[in-house]
Amino acid sequence: MKGGHDLGGQLEMGPINPEPESQEPVFHADWERRVFALTLATGMLGKWNIDESRHARERQDPLAYVQNSYYENWLEGLEKLLVEKGLVSIEELGLTANTPGQTTESLMAPNPQIAQEILSFGAHSIIKTDNEPLFGNGDSVLVRASQTAGHTRVPKYAQGVIGTVVAKLGCHSFPDSNALGVHEGKFLYRVAFSGADLWDHSSTQTEVLIDLWEPYLDGAGN
Amino acid sequence: MPHDHHHNHEHTEPPSDLELRVKALESLLVEKGLVKTETLNAIIETYEHKVGPRNGAHVVAKAWTDPGFKQALIKDATEAVASLGYCGRQGEHLEVVENTNDTHNLVVCTLCSCYPWTVLGLPPAWYKSAPYRSRAVSDPRAVLKEFGTQLDEKSVIRVWDSTSEMRYLVLPQRPQGTENWSEQDLQQLVSRNSMIGVELARSPEQKGEGDK
Repeated sequence: MKGGHDLGGQLEMGPINPEPESQEPVFHADWERRVFALTLATGMLGKWNIDESRHARERQDPLAYVQNSYYENWLEGLEKLLVEKGLVSIEELGLTANTPGQTTESLMAPNPQIAQEILSFGAHSIIKTDNEPLFGNGDSVLVRASQTAGHTRVPKYAQGVIGTVVAKLGCHSFPDSNALGVHEGKFLYRVAFSGADLWDHSSTQTEVLIDLWEPYLDGAGN
Repeated sequence: MPHDHHHNHEHTEPPSDLELRVKALESLLVEKGLVKTETLNAIIETYEHKVGPRNGAHVVAKAWTDPGFKQALIKDATEAVASLGYCGRQGEHLEVVENTNDTHNLVVCTLCSCYPWTVLGLPPAWYKSAPYRSRAVSDPRAVLKEFGTQLDEKSVIRVWDSTSEMRYLVLPQRPQGTENWSEQDLQQLVSRNSMIGVELARSPEQKGEGDK
């Protein structure tokens, strides 16, 4: 399923109108600062992972996703996760009545020092495996049409297109499963596509490189 | 809830109900002990004032002046960048892609806003906007033109769509006429936009532009 977030190749999105680099502030309003920090701080409670967080932002009306400003989508996602994980109720958010929600466990909100450590340590996505990758460098691969109604990281514009594996990136946490709270590793590849294969109008002077997990790919001969 | 935002602007006047909604949420989460105000402030301080594109400029200028560092950077960017003290969230799997005379690199995240925070800080509004995310992959030459960047017609553009946890930093070409420049001075030429790939590094004549 293609949501409002899957924007690669969408037409008629208008000009970019970038703000000059030297004049652009990191945040454009105080509420943006707070939404950003609330999202990171609550993420440290360990109740959801990065793919659940991305999926929560994506699960909304496609038009609303595009019309909302960036941090509005973060706010939508955050409120959704807080309710779904039982940390706050819909009543507490003041949205609608009649939905249960409770904090049943005691969670430890990190202090500034712990938060800094978490941020500077990061969270890598490599998962150990004894399996061997199915594809090697130089292999032609066909990107499968995505069947999932859930979260996925295979852009629509690459589906059904043949590319070439140019790097094996190791076994990484698989987003489609991770968004469901299932932590499993799948091999990740860097796949190169000719612009001319992706877009009718594109010249061969363009190449697009996409990181794709093994379940997204079929062999396409050499 | 109706919104009167234009889709390509991240910074239109927020309706007051949005401000109130965020304030109410913060109060609720503090009251429930799920977040601490001082932690929120520390997170904002970190990404508003400490982690930003000056980190990336340091990396690039060092790569321009220190061939050993550049080699290490191309081989394992995460490790090389960590040796300068830049590591952490959204920089766990870093890769540096080098511009050459015939290849230009451009970074995008068509699915959300993936960006190498450890070296560039938080992404600019345009990077997260629908127009950039849609067209960077389908019409990169036109996108570059919008940033005033005109490439040789023969050069290949490589667009990196950040769909995984790999994060990409462009190593722009060192500008001509900077042969005797120090690493410190060269840093002034490394714009954030040149490390995303929408622009080239500043020329010596444009040196002061970052301070305006």
